[in-house]
Amino acid sequence: MTGNGLKKILTDGTWQQNTGLVVLLGLCPLLAVTNTVINGLALGLATMLTLMLSNLSISILRGLLRPEIRIPAFVLIIASVVTVIELLMHAFFYDLYRTLGIFIPLIVTNCAIIGRAEAFASRNSPLPSVLDGFATGLGFCITLVLLGAVRELTGRGTLLSGADMLLGEWAGKLTLTIIPEHPGFLLAILPPGAFFGLALLIAARNSWQARASHKPLEQIQGAHEI
Amino acid sequence: MNKGWHPVIRSSLLLGIIALLGTALLAGVNDLTHDRIVAQEKRRMLQQLNEILPVASYNNDLLADVIKIEDPGFFRHPTAVTVYRARLDERPVSVMMMVTAADGYNGDIRLLVGINAAGTILGVRVVSHRETPGLGDPIEAEKSDWIFGFAQKSLHDPEEKGWAVKRDGGGFDQFTGATISPRAVVRAVHTTLVYFQANKQALFDTPAAMIDQDD
Repeated sequence: MTGNGLKKILTDGTWQQNTGLVVLLGLCPLLAVTNTVINGLALGLATMLTLMLSNLSISILRGLLRPEIRIPAFVLIIASVVTVIELLMHAFFYDLYRTLGIFIPLIVTNCAIIGRAEAFASRNSPLPSVLDGFATGLGFCITLVLLGAVRELTGRGTLLSGADMLLGEWAGKLTLTIIPEHPGFLLAILPPGAFFGLALLIAARNSWQARASHKPLEQIQGAHEI
Repeated sequence: MNKGWHPVIRSSLLLGIIALLGTALLAGVNDLTHDRIVAQEKRRMLQQLNEILPVASYNNDLLADVIKIEDPGFFRHPTAVTVYRARLDERPVSVMMMVTAADGYNGDIRLLVGINAAGTILGVRVVSHRETPGLGDPIEAEKSDWIFGFAQKSLHDPEEKGWAVKRDGGGFDQFTGATISPRAVVRAVHTTLVYFQANKQALFDTPAAMIDQDD
């Protein structure tokens, strides 16, 4: 694989085919946990790790996997990887595990993971597959963090609250109070805020893309898929 | 893999091997993390208990001195009430009771109620709930001071009819736009107090039973 090919994997995963903003897969966790930056970041990192490990295992086994059993095999592998991550989080990031709760095991159901397994890892060698998992996970993670930031800022006027759950005691000081005495904007914290926030992010991405390529919005690849 | 085998057998074997590998991996990780997870659960539980119960007031192993009670006459919720007994040199000091109020606005509210041997409330904390954010969630200690109002209360302070939210003629505040959540909490705390008063001796004397730390 050439340097160009690797670069394409990176830009596809993070921008051109961004799971959250373009392909719109894995929306359930995306919408559910993004009420703060830290929740988004934590689920994003867990999903990224899952993608890298599942892509790696599937790429290694790809020669053995016959077409008729590949889907159950993918499911087995992804479920094992996610359960391992869940156990590790339960043991080492206990407070975060409690906050994210059911959404950690639900990473299994994120279609983006089986999607990458099928579309990429089962056809490519381990290194590009891991990179693809990293890029796709990074794109997803960035979307989660951005959406978390939008919602946390409008909903509570803070950023990075609860950082100590992810990074340890010292990080409690990281919480930024951007808008002091914020009365709390419930809509942003509750599920509708997730839909509005995601819509705004998608619109922002599309308009950025349109401006960058000087083409009308309708011709942008990706825009029509939404 | 033998090329001569029937494809179905080959595929099944392959899937079986992947399942086996996955299981082995999970068993290994489970083994490695199990003790740590149990320790984390205990630490968290103890942290919750010590928020209400001063560490210096007891010297027994709180998490081991536990009984579970089921008394449908008092606690209508099917979940058994977990009772942690605090003792100082074998003398009963207080109980911490994990009760469930089923009449919240949106499902169960789990409460930790600490009562000392004299029948006075040490404190109450909401352990878990699904009340509406912004309306019912001031029952959480992080969201408002409301829950601290239970400390020092007892069956005689306030009297029987005072154990209700103000809208029902009692002595406890409700929240703007939310009466059901605080009402459920007040009721559950009152029930717990009444139960404690009626079964105080048994609560302290029943031998501890080894129970699962299911939360």
